[in-house]
This record gives sequence, structure tokens and C-alpha cells, in this order.
Amino acid sequence: MRTSAEALRGLAADLAAEAGPGGTFMEVCGTHTMAIARYGLRELLPPGVRLVSGPGCPVCVTAMRDLDTVVALCGLPGMTIATFGDLVRVPASRASLAEARAAGADVRVVYSPLDAVELAAADPTQEVVFVGIGFETTAPTTAAAVVEARQRGVRNFSILALHKTMPLALEALLELGETPIRGFLLPGHVSVITGSECFAFLAADHGVGGVVAGFQPSDILEALLMLVRQTAPAVDNQYTRAVQPQGNPAAQALMDRVFEPCDADWRGLGLIPGSGLRLRAELADHDAAVRFPVDAGEPLEPAGCRCGDVLRGVTDPAECPLFGRRCRPEAPVGACMVSSEGACAARYRYRGLDD
Amino acid sequence: MTEPGGERILLGHGSGGRLYRDLVNDVFVTAFANPVLDRLDDAAVLASSGRIAVTTDSHVVRPLRFPGGDIGRLSVAGTVNDLATAAARPLALAAAFVIEEGLPLDELRALCASMASTAEEAGVDVVTGDTKVVERGACDGVFITTTGVGEVVVQHDLGAGSVCDGDAVLLSGEIGAHAVAVLAARGEFHFRTPVESDSAPLWRLVEAAVAAAGPGLRFLRDPTRGGLTTVLAELAEESGLGLEIEEEAIPVAPGVHAVCELLGLDPLTLANEGKMVLVTAPEAADAVLDALRGAPYGAGAVRIGSVTAAHGGRVALRTRLGTRRVLDMPVGELLPRIC
Repeated sequence: MRTSAEALRGLAADLAAEAGPGGTFMEVCGTHTMAIARYGLRELLPPGVRLVSGPGCPVCVTAMRDLDTVVALCGLPGMTIATFGDLVRVPASRASLAEARAAGADVRVVYSPLDAVELAAADPTQEVVFVGIGFETTAPTTAAAVVEARQRGVRNFSILALHKTMPLALEALLELGETPIRGFLLPGHVSVITGSECFAFLAADHGVGGVVAGFQPSDILEALLMLVRQTAPAVDNQYTRAVQPQGNPAAQALMDRVFEPCDADWRGLGLIPGSGLRLRAELADHDAAVRFPVDAGEPLEPAGCRCGDVLRGVTDPAECPLFGRRCRPEAPVGACMVSSEGACAARYRYRGLDD
Repeated sequence: MTEPGGERILLGHGSGGRLYRDLVNDVFVTAFANPVLDRLDDAAVLASSGRIAVTTDSHVVRPLRFPGGDIGRLSVAGTVNDLATAAARPLALAAAFVIEEGLPLDELRALCASMASTAEEAGVDVVTGDTKVVERGACDGVFITTTGVGEVVVQHDLGAGSVCDGDAVLLSGEIGAHAVAVLAARGEFHFRTPVESDSAPLWRLVEAAVAAAGPGLRFLRDPTRGGLTTVLAELAEESGLGLEIEEEAIPVAPGVHAVCELLGLDPLTLANEGKMVLVTAPEAADAVLDALRGAPYGAGAVRIGSVTAAHGGRVALRTRLGTRRVLDMPVGELLPRIC
């Protein structure tokens, strides 16, 4: 699925020729953020066309209060916390999970929530809590882990459900109206699950177009080209090799069986009603929020950190006074510099020679 | 106690007594037979006339076997390749084994056979060794530490300090295969791939480059952990010079791109175990490329860029799109995407 360099440069030239008045386009998927930085796509954009990152990095949008809850949980006796690797290094109010681990907490990095079920099954004397973060991309596998634990009777396995859903976040962002957005590069992996249709409201209700995009540089350039070619706001699909209009019904049914919508706190966006996923009440015996209530205290945001503004596309990573100085991937202050999918980490790691 | 599936390593095998002696004779002497080892002295005595290079490396990998190699082949190739980066012909290897109680003896025999065949390929003997056995759970099957002694075959100094403005940067072949093969073999990501590890001893390859380049050879380093990106960033930092690298010129092993897209990994940061980065004087580059392509494991050798006095200390990557960016060392472990 690699496109020749010549074809890529052709796409870039078409984009320059057809971009018209330009405008601001937003990508809302961490994998897009990485790909755009890695291929230096911003350099190819014609004058007037801006590409900004939105709330698309799962680790980054996890609220400080929720991070503090995870750190508090891992201090409970007999507790193992299992999570995706990026979350371990994110600074919370008082300590990161990595620091808690160094101080003796049992924190395991897993690549799949199903691995956390195995951890629990292997040692029934230990409580294993999987921290479920991410959007519709990761939520189905978390749901599958709950179903598996239930079927196998693994009672010492539970989920701290911090999953979020993307469409309502985009709506909240548009309603804030801080950045005039001409169009969205819509998240390809999320859309594999949700389908492209669930984003139709962007055009219908808000007059903002979107194109579901794949992750190769050719996909991203082609999607931008499709966006500038839209004569009226619409939601189109560039990533047709993976995304159906209705998405993946089996994955949706699995999510629906395990989760129900709830209000969710997003870093940068605050509380968005209905934008989170919590375990259904009948699954409370696998719900860490029910089984292990902890009081993590009031969250403390790091001084000077602009992650919240970056996640809304209001501040460019390089405009943050900490960027590349006090805040670097090896010594991060904010979440967006930790995760490889974060806008700041991607920008720093793949910076241009003049930056 | 003998379990189904044959004999296993017992704690007693590390005792230094009769069991230990039997293990040494049955497994190690059988696999590595050579006049120096066969004496079973506490220290091996070697002859040498020139400058000596010494290197040591501990090898831990899970699983012990993976498509294209195993920990035995890795442990020999890794140390031979580290010697090769000093243009040193391997003279002898020492091998120390930390073995987990319960490892099937046949598994240990197979790993030793793999070490022996890799050593033979590189033209070197395992002349001394050591064995310890640890309780079940204290290590992952077996850890192998190999130490290599080599004779340096060039008169001039190699290294980042010898690199000059205008030099050519060469790569001996396709990158990314080892990391992908091991990731797939672990099974944690639930994908299958035909990709096999590139694990290979590179002394013959380096010997050919040395012969072709003469004093025009400046720098050799094998892009293992941290991948090609890390070697290039280290070279720029250590030399104080800049590098101009063409992404399109970097060959990536077939199948690696697909896995990288799936998991959100960058092929340039993936580990290799049978590749070499070489820097040569510009006038030597073509002759060295020809020599590499005619040597074992060098058929895919290419020039990937140049050394420049501009942007000292930094690597500029010209992407497939013609854009330019800094190539920086990865921070921490490689993690799959979750978005």
C-alpha cells in the first residue's frame, strides 16, 4: 500500500492548486498526528492551509482527576494495575504510575486487555484492574475482556472504564467555537468500528465537512484534497478499503452489551455529557469504580502546561513556552509530550531542521 | 526426575560436581569441539600479533527461538558483529550461560548447535565458557553472555572522529526484520507474518568492505536496539557533523511496512541483528558497495546518504515526499498505537 514519491508529490501539487482560500483543518486521531509529523506533511501544505491536532490522543485526553484515581488505586494492597504503556509515564498530580511502580506498586504494561485477564486468571489472590482508555478503537477489546473474564469466572478482574467516544467531543469542540475549522480529517481506526455515517451531523448540523482518512501519507494528502474539493459541507470517506458507512456491527454490539454512555471529563474540553463509556450496572462485579472507590483528592495541573489548549487546536505545540525546553519526551511536563500519539511528542520528535 | 519430553536442566547441573561435568562434556564440548576448548582449562590461551579488540554482550530474548534465528545464533552473531565494527577478525569467543532450572536438555543442545554453526560461519571458535543454573522463574529459559576477542585488520582509527564532510553513508541491506519477527513470535500482538529475523554474523561482509575501502573506511556500527535512527543520530552527535539521509534509499524488509502500519511503529527505529552501517570516503563508496553486494548478507547494500558540515550534530531525513525533518533517537520502549 505504498505510493511512489512521484505520486505523492503530484497529490501535494494538486492540493496546492486547489486549496483556494485555505483554512484550518483538524486531525483528531493520534495516528494521523504521528504520520503527519513523520512525513513532514505540514511542509507541503500551500500557504493559508493550516493543519492542527485535536483531541485525538487517548492518553492525552485522559483527565488529571482520572489519572490520580489510577495512581490511588495502585496503592491499594493486593492490587495490580494493568494498562497500555503510554499511560504509565504520564505525570499525574502527585506521581506518575511509573513513579508509583518504582515505589513498589504493581503496575503492568499490557498490549491488550485480554492479557490482563490472563494476569488475573494466573493469580486469583491478586486483584487486577485494567485501565480502559481510548476511543471506539480500543473500547471493543476492553468489552471483549470483560465478556471473557465473566465467561471464565475470573472474578478478580475488573475494568476502570475511562473510554471516550469521538463524535460528541467534536461537537463540543465546534460549540466552543474557538478555532474556525473548515474541515476534519476524521479518524480512520475509530471509523472502522463506528462507520463514517456517525459523523454526518458535522456537516448537517454544524456546516463543517469531514473526510475519514487512512494513515499512509497518500491517504492523508488525498483526504485533504477531498476536503478542499467539497463544494458543500459533507462527510466523505477516503479510507474505503477499511471503513464502511455503518462500521463494524459486531464490535458495536459487543460495546453495547458491556458499556453504556456516561458523562466524561476530557483534558482540555472538560465535562462532555454522554461522551464516556461506563460498565453496565449488571457488570458491576467487574467495575473497578464500584468495587474500589478511592478518593484521589483535588487534581493539580502542572504550572504553565498548555496541553488543554493544544488538545482543542487553540495553541500550536511549538507555541507552548515549555515546548522543547522544560518539556521534552525524556522529561515530559504534560501528557501531550508523553504519548507518541500526542501532538507535542510527535512535533518534537519529528521536528524540522529549522525548529 | 525425568518428565515427558526428555531430560531437563536441574539445579544440580550448576553444582560444579559430576552432573556439571557431564553437562559440559555432553552438551558444550560436543557442540563446540576445538583444540583450545577440549583442554577444559580454566583459561584459554590464544596467539595474536596485532592490535586486539574485545567486546562483551549479554543476550536475553523471549521466545528463545523465532523465525530466522534463536538466542544461540544471536549470541554469536551479536558479538562477532560488535568485533566487526572495530574491523576486527574474530579470534575466539567465550560463552557464559545462565540457565533456568527445567530447561529441556534438548533445547540447550539445539541452541548450542545453532551457536556452533553461526561461529563456524564467522570462522571463530568458542574456546571457554561457564554455566550457572538458577531456580525456575529467575530467568527466561537461558541467558547467554558472549565475549569476543578479535584482531584488528586495519592500521588507521575507525570511528565517529574519523568521519569527514562529504563522506558516504552506506547500509548493508533491508532493515526491520529482526524486531518484527520477534514481536510476531511473542504472540502478544496476535498477528502472523512471514518476516524472518536477519540475525547473521557479518565478519565476512566487513572483511570485504575493509579490503575494498582500505584507508577510505571511516566508521562501522551495527543498527541493533534503537535501529538505524539511533546509529545515525549517535554518529552525528559523536562526530559533530551533520548527516543527509534519503528515506527513499533506505530498504525496508518486505512485510515490515505492513506490521508497522498495523502497530504504529517506525521501521527506522526497529532492531536489526544482521545489518551494518558503514561510512566511507566518497571516492571509496562505489568500490565498497560492489564488495558488500558480493559478500554474504550484503546483496541489498545501498548508499543512503552523505556526511555534511551543515547542521552539525543532527541528522536530516529527506522523506519520500521531499520534506526534510530531524531524525532523532527514540525515547524509551517502542509501544504499539492505541489510536
